Amino acid sequence: MSTTVDTTPIARQKRNRFLLQAACIAVSLFMLIPIYLISLAALSTRDSLNKFPLSLLPTDLSVETLNAFLGSTGIFGALGNSLIVGLGTLLLAALIGVPAGYALARYSFRGKDPYQLFLLFTRALPIVVLSVPLARLFLTVDIYDTTYAVILLHTALALPTTILISASVFLSVPVDVEEAARLFGCSPLGAFGRVVLPMALPGLAAASIFTFVMSWNEVLGASILTLDHRTLPAQVLSSLSDSPLAYRFAGGFALVIPSIIFIALMRRYLTNMWGSTIR
Amino acid sequence: MADIQISNLVKTYPGGSERATDDVSLSIQDGEFTVLLGPSGCGKTTLLRMIAGLELPDSGSISIGGRDVTYLPPNKRNLSMVFQSYAVFPHRKVRYNIGFGLRMAKMPADEIERKVRWAADLLQLSPYLDRLPANLSGGQRQRVAVARAIVMDADVLLMDEPLSNLDALLRLTFRSELKKIVQDLGTTTVYVTHDQSEALSLGDQVAIMRKGRIAQLGDPLDVYDAPADRFVGGFIGSPPMNFMDAAVSHDGGTLMLGEQQLMAPSILRSFAGKDVLLGVRAENVTVSNQRSSGDVAATVLVVEPMGSTILLTVEVDGHTLKVQAPPTFKTAPHQTIWLGFAPNTMRVYDRETSMALEAK
Repeated sequence: MSTTVDTTPIARQKRNRFLLQAACIAVSLFMLIPIYLISLAALSTRDSLNKFPLSLLPTDLSVETLNAFLGSTGIFGALGNSLIVGLGTLLLAALIGVPAGYALARYSFRGKDPYQLFLLFTRALPIVVLSVPLARLFLTVDIYDTTYAVILLHTALALPTTILISASVFLSVPVDVEEAARLFGCSPLGAFGRVVLPMALPGLAAASIFTFVMSWNEVLGASILTLDHRTLPAQVLSSLSDSPLAYRFAGGFALVIPSIIFIALMRRYLTNMWGSTIR
Repeated sequence: MADIQISNLVKTYPGGSERATDDVSLSIQDGEFTVLLGPSGCGKTTLLRMIAGLELPDSGSISIGGRDVTYLPPNKRNLSMVFQSYAVFPHRKVRYNIGFGLRMAKMPADEIERKVRWAADLLQLSPYLDRLPANLSGGQRQRVAVARAIVMDADVLLMDEPLSNLDALLRLTFRSELKKIVQDLGTTTVYVTHDQSEALSLGDQVAIMRKGRIAQLGDPLDVYDAPADRFVGGFIGSPPMNFMDAAVSHDGGTLMLGEQQLMAPSILRSFAGKDVLLGVRAENVTVSNQRSSGDVAATVLVVEPMGSTILLTVEVDGHTLKVQAPPTFKTAPHQTIWLGFAPNTMRVYDRETSMALEAK
């Protein structure tokens, strides 16, 4: 006697897998199409942008537009400023935020919970509300219109996430491993440097991507705190309204590319660093 | 190698009201293998962590090899340790893991390599030296943790439930291997476990802990044969010791088990007429279908064949007992069988204090 095999569970599994793939593709397209279009426009000639219908395939690539954009006043300096601010923020936020995160993860102290809540307050205030008093303050201490000023603001903005992310990263590093390092001859700092930090690095890399991209994209505070030493987004924003279409596309392209490269570089720390993801 | 002297160690965790270790004193000879045994929360791990320097006591002192180490940081104590969770460094290869302590001690590279090879050979890790711990099985990771500990030539080797994360079969084989390794090394060892069979099989001396205190300290056979109190008897042995209420007759010669009589052990002469608690191990009770003199009647409740023996759960005078019978013994639930007790294997305890009664 043969029994009929009910294949509906397998069919359902197949369908679910297909739907998941479709969803992944949809989300990817949602992110990729604008990047593709902006790259296409930035790499087209000025004339081909005005053509109708617009070609959606890279038929005539040229760096003319991009060159014109990079050649226009202030852009090259602004790009440098953005890099300085982004990396400076990353460094300063890591320098303050990583030890704070470690303390949150490993020690219990009075006021720990209020402290964690308080950290988020900085993000509760609109950047404009923060920036105007800061601009006054920076004017009096004479660091207004410098990259330091923007670094300080961006560090303040990035610290809550840096601290909270690194705290959760350190929580995922087992205490035993640190204790083992101590027992086998490490000082507290040595155990941190030799064992805890390498294990936490993937997570900390994620936090720093977050910081860098945040700083790279932040435009409002940077516009208020600087005049001549603008970061790229601030510079592009200030000249956006009275610039040709091609310039806008080239500006957008220049804003997107560095953060994509940065994420690509840090990506390997995010996943599979030692053949297995961190617990 | 060194001896360990622990005196009056008190530790209360912040926020806790009970003492994790309550005035514990313990002396461990040079080269001795001491097992701290007890249920969870008894303070055995706290005691080990204080020896390691991972916790600091509120009062009392610890000295290793005559040197006071009570408040020294862990890296200044010349110890090594095997952790329950292995605690191998996941971002480093096995070779680096094993040599870690030696590298920290600034030993020359060729010497480190030599010792790492020796330990890897001993623990059958040689093929895996260039692997990352993620690519090892749990048992192999534990071997790495042991290798890392034994290369150190430390004064004291500490082990915190090193076998508890292994599966049952592996635990048994690795246990004897571990015993041989530690024996050959001759290092003073403190071993924490909640598994009484591990404690009995490994230890030169066993300290059974309860509620932050040491309930009994002695060599494994002593602890098994003559538990100092009801707790120890109930904790050690599988099945645990049987306990029954009994009364000593007025002449001190017999024990009354309800209506039935037993020959009393000689130490009870001085406790004539007293109510006592009788403790007896399952294997010290003889089981028979025929009555002989001095036997006690029991009703069979459960029959569990274990292969080499049959484990019987029986009832005597309202008390449930576990006894062992040979595999050929035929019985069934609700049947009456006869139990024989040898006076010299009986232990008697005070009913109020649960402490063992000593001959006066």
